[in-house]
Amino acid sequence: MNGRLPWFAISMLVLGYLFLYSPILSLIFYSFNESRLVTVWGGFSTKWYGALMQNDALLSGAWLSVQIAFLTACVAVVLGTLAAFALIRFGNFRGRTLFAGMVTAPLVMPEVITGLSLLLLFVAMEAVLGGPGRGMMTIVIAHATFATAYVTVVVQSRLGQLDMSLEEAAMDLGARPFKVVRVIILPLIWPAMLAGWLLAFTLSFDDLVIATFTSGPGAKTLPMEVFSSVRMGVSPQINALATIFIVVVTTMVVIANQVAFRRRA
Amino acid sequence: MAVGSGGLQDKPWTDPKAQPFIRIEGVSKHFGDVAAVNGVDLNIYRGEFFALLGASGCGKTTLLRMLAGFETPSAGKIFIDGVDMADIPPYRRPVNMMFQSYALFPHMTVGQNVAFGLQQDGVGKAEIAERVAEMLDLVQIRALAKRKPDQLSGGQRQRVALARALVKRPKLVLLDEPLGALDRKLREQTQFELVNIQEKLGMTFVIVTHDQEEAMTMASRVCVMNAGMVEQVGAPAEVYEYPNSRFVADFIGTANLFDGVVTEVSSDQTRVASPDLGGDIVIGGGGAVAKGATVRVMVRPEKIQVMPDGSPDPGFNSAEGIVREIAYLGDVSVYHVELMSGKRVQFTRANLLHTADAPLTWDDRVRFQWHPANGILLVI
Repeated sequence: MNGRLPWFAISMLVLGYLFLYSPILSLIFYSFNESRLVTVWGGFSTKWYGALMQNDALLSGAWLSVQIAFLTACVAVVLGTLAAFALIRFGNFRGRTLFAGMVTAPLVMPEVITGLSLLLLFVAMEAVLGGPGRGMMTIVIAHATFATAYVTVVVQSRLGQLDMSLEEAAMDLGARPFKVVRVIILPLIWPAMLAGWLLAFTLSFDDLVIATFTSGPGAKTLPMEVFSSVRMGVSPQINALATIFIVVVTTMVVIANQVAFRRRA
Repeated sequence: MAVGSGGLQDKPWTDPKAQPFIRIEGVSKHFGDVAAVNGVDLNIYRGEFFALLGASGCGKTTLLRMLAGFETPSAGKIFIDGVDMADIPPYRRPVNMMFQSYALFPHMTVGQNVAFGLQQDGVGKAEIAERVAEMLDLVQIRALAKRKPDQLSGGQRQRVALARALVKRPKLVLLDEPLGALDRKLREQTQFELVNIQEKLGMTFVIVTHDQEEAMTMASRVCVMNAGMVEQVGAPAEVYEYPNSRFVADFIGTANLFDGVVTEVSSDQTRVASPDLGGDIVIGGGGAVAKGATVRVMVRPEKIQVMPDGSPDPGFNSAEGIVREIAYLGDVSVYHVELMSGKRVQFTRANLLHTADAPLTWDDRVRFQWHPANGILLVI
């Protein structure tokens, strides 16, 4: 290698990046647009950020979505890690294949079907058991069902790479099984659990279809709010909101990478 | 060849009154329909360096894991220091193991790895620091205490694993192929060190290995296993010189085997007519077999001597053949000689360049012989 990339590779790289990021860049660009029209440049302004702060519907939707995503991620990490343990550490127990299939089925299940079946379940539960009332909790339950699948896959692959004899060595040196989990296994799989948590958070945060099916009258998540307002024409407030999220998410990812990198070094 | 006798000057296994430190009584382990270990009885004495030797899949590792408590015997009992181990989980056994993969905790430094076992026992901080330092000195890696396992070479990791297994001063140390991942030179050097450390600390070592040279070099006694069963237990020289079965003869070192029929048994020798050799075989000592029995005689390659050109046929333990293959090993060469019967015989000769011995080469005709004391009678 003489340090020069061939022109073809460079142009493909540029095209690829353009394809991926130009929509996002134009979205950020137009969030600072003076004009009411989203696609016509009318000069620089931050007025839509100000208007966004006054928009209670969008803000409460965002707050609800954050709460739901947080709870979903926590529930999914606990359930997904346990499922991964069962799949990796309990050998070939009876029904393992079925269990593995069931845990990961939501990955390939169309969202409409997941949403509809859960809606039917919640309606039936309300009729028979009197609850849970549809709202935030039902959305969390619905999101946790599919987010768990993602966490399971992520944690399972990490757990599968762990040398079984690490646990045996710890036990051999006098650590009881619980302590082995605490001081050996968890420290080694937490990056996977964190990755699973972030994945679950993101998946829950941007889900529209399942949330629409399973929410109740009082609970409108951010994607539902955005979707319904976009139907009446795109307000530049949405651009401003999206820009804020992009900044927040990018910062989080950079920090997470830094943490993971420093751990390894 | 033997580096150490495992620190045992007296041989407790020859003393019927000696109390074994580990008693393995009729132990079997089944995985599904497969018996990995099948009815093993073994006594291991305090201070021994005991080697479980066998090919992969012979059950030696399973037996070791049962001693550590990672597998439960399907049948039989294991006593360590007189205590039945049946209901004692791994974390309460007076046993530490060195794993084949070393199983070092990747998120801890060398010092933390070694200290881990002591922390589990609630040893005070100052004492932990002192004992860890002492142990790291013993295995000569004190300078590496702050490193993580992935910053170590294979040989250094092996030392950390050893230090971690020794630091709790267990009554029994189990070593699963401890030198398997090292290159040959380092391995030979580490064999000596292991024996020295074991003698210094006076612990009982049980080592699993598939490398017969390693077992012979280090162990006070060797247990040859095959298909889940014990074939022979004995001191290295005993197992090598007097194998009790064809399997052991073949597994430990190289063996020339001649089939034959016993024609004469007297008090001091046994004579066997062997069509394989094309003549008679005389073995010192007699009485073990009856006349007319079909037997197999084993002779080690280094026990066979080439006779000078034109030597007469001594009438027994001798044959003539043609050199078919020569393997040059540096210190010795191995010669494959084809006899009249079609049987191939291996023998070795030290490579002494400046001797009067005529060099042998391919297609040379050569007559060889061995002393009656060097033939071992195996019952088929």
